[in-house]
Amino acid sequence: MSTYTKPLPQMTPEMAPFWEAARRHELVVQRCRGCGTPRFPARDICSRCLSREAEWAPVSGRGTVFSYTVMHQIYHPAFAAEVPYAVIVVELEEGARLLSNLVGCPVGDIAPGMPVEAVFEDVTPEVTLPKFRPRARR
Amino acid sequence: MPRHPLSGATAIVGLGITPQGKVYGNTPVGFAVDAVRLALEDAGLERTDLDGLLLNPGLAWNDLGMGSFQLQQAMGLRDLRLSATMGLGGATASAMIQHAAQAIAAGLCTTVACIFSDAPLKPPTADRERTSSASAYGFVRGWEAAYGYFGVNAMYALVARRHMFRYGTTQDHLGAVAVAQRRWANLNPHAQMYDQPLTLEDYHRSRWVVEPFHLFDCCLVSNGGLAVIVTGADRARDLRRPPVYIRGMAQGHLGGDPSDTLSSGAVLTRGPALAMAGVTLRDVDVVELYDCYTFTVVVTLEDYGFCAKGEGGPFATENVTGPGGRLAVNTGGGQLSSFYMWGMTPVSEAVIQVRGNGGRRQVAKHDVALVSGNGGVLSTHSTLVLAREPT
Repeated sequence: MSTYTKPLPQMTPEMAPFWEAARRHELVVQRCRGCGTPRFPARDICSRCLSREAEWAPVSGRGTVFSYTVMHQIYHPAFAAEVPYAVIVVELEEGARLLSNLVGCPVGDIAPGMPVEAVFEDVTPEVTLPKFRPRARR
Repeated sequence: MPRHPLSGATAIVGLGITPQGKVYGNTPVGFAVDAVRLALEDAGLERTDLDGLLLNPGLAWNDLGMGSFQLQQAMGLRDLRLSATMGLGGATASAMIQHAAQAIAAGLCTTVACIFSDAPLKPPTADRERTSSASAYGFVRGWEAAYGYFGVNAMYALVARRHMFRYGTTQDHLGAVAVAQRRWANLNPHAQMYDQPLTLEDYHRSRWVVEPFHLFDCCLVSNGGLAVIVTGADRARDLRRPPVYIRGMAQGHLGGDPSDTLSSGAVLTRGPALAMAGVTLRDVDVVELYDCYTFTVVVTLEDYGFCAKGEGGPFATENVTGPGGRLAVNTGGGQLSSFYMWGMTPVSEAVIQVRGNGGRRQVAKHDVALVSGNGGVLSTHSTLVLAREPT
């Protein structure tokens, strides 16, 4: 029995490959077969070339903090013990932007441009959440 | 240059504002009916004079499954020639007025009610003392909830943070917007924050909602209704109140990622709307900007060209936009300090100012007002130029 009480991502058909890869501790993003544009979250239609063909491609998991917000208000009781916590937008080296959490970093130290890398949090036996932590600048 | 056929062809002749804020015991439909009744009374018109109905349903309408044609039934309106439910978020109010003006000027109808109402706030209960906007606007959005990412505040916060990073906008700049508007609200007895002064220190001490937004960076989610009546200029002159002429209008919807553009659609609307009105920015006496957040005011000031791009923060200091400043912005206290009726808040204050009914907050010269509406996260934008004279 899991005691994890936070909301779990719904395994929608569009996003299932992302969560399946996460379970294997791999990060993937959708890539348009028409124009090659990487995108996240998954969509049916490429807004750049309107192609409906897409594939899932592995990415490095390395990127930088594009933007962030520190959540203080408790919108869901399961996050009550966690506030304040950081929600970040990561710009991956491959170009896509992912929404996630930053872990292993005090919220006061976050800044746009900060280098980060993916980590994988197995929150239930079925679900793994890709998150990010600071990485050394190279 | 010949005058644009829409410029000054129509006017706002009636304004109806129900009680606003923590007002319970009424429904979204009830607020809408009350607002229209008040607006008709204000104009000296009857229900039977209406032949157009445009509705911007607020969040609480989602549960009702109603649009303009059901509202027509609820209000007993007959023989309408224009009816639509419109959803451009906070840009809807000014966009409804534009569609009303266009239809009237084209001779398709004569007198249109444009309505917003909502009732997202619930009365306090024993186990939940405080009613907050969190329940109303903190909706869970699919997989993002797994990361604790909820609601519009956080969506806007990510964009505001980019603006701060790229242009050096500071927390003090955002605070200055909150303080300036509160000073206006302190002159407006109808504002929810009328008797509550705010200093920059108070602002910094107020609780965080989602950084970089303190409590006083966010609008006052309100229950209530607001309606305006639009009619042709000829008819407007014979009615009870001085006409507020619709002199200029434009919409501008940028598309793309607001974190990249860091702009509102005002960059698209400012040229055409001012040109149609036959005025320049220097002719604008009163500025009523959509202010879901302090940040939105900073960006919108930039995008209308009141200052250079990226300099909205330094510009929006207390001495410029507050009472006694050189640019009168959000003179009723705005959505931050008066009430949040989406785009109807700036529209209503512009009507009050152009009519000269602002009481202690009345701006001395009030010939031309610029009004903005903004929806989504800088996703949709509408502009109106309202004026005392038709040309």
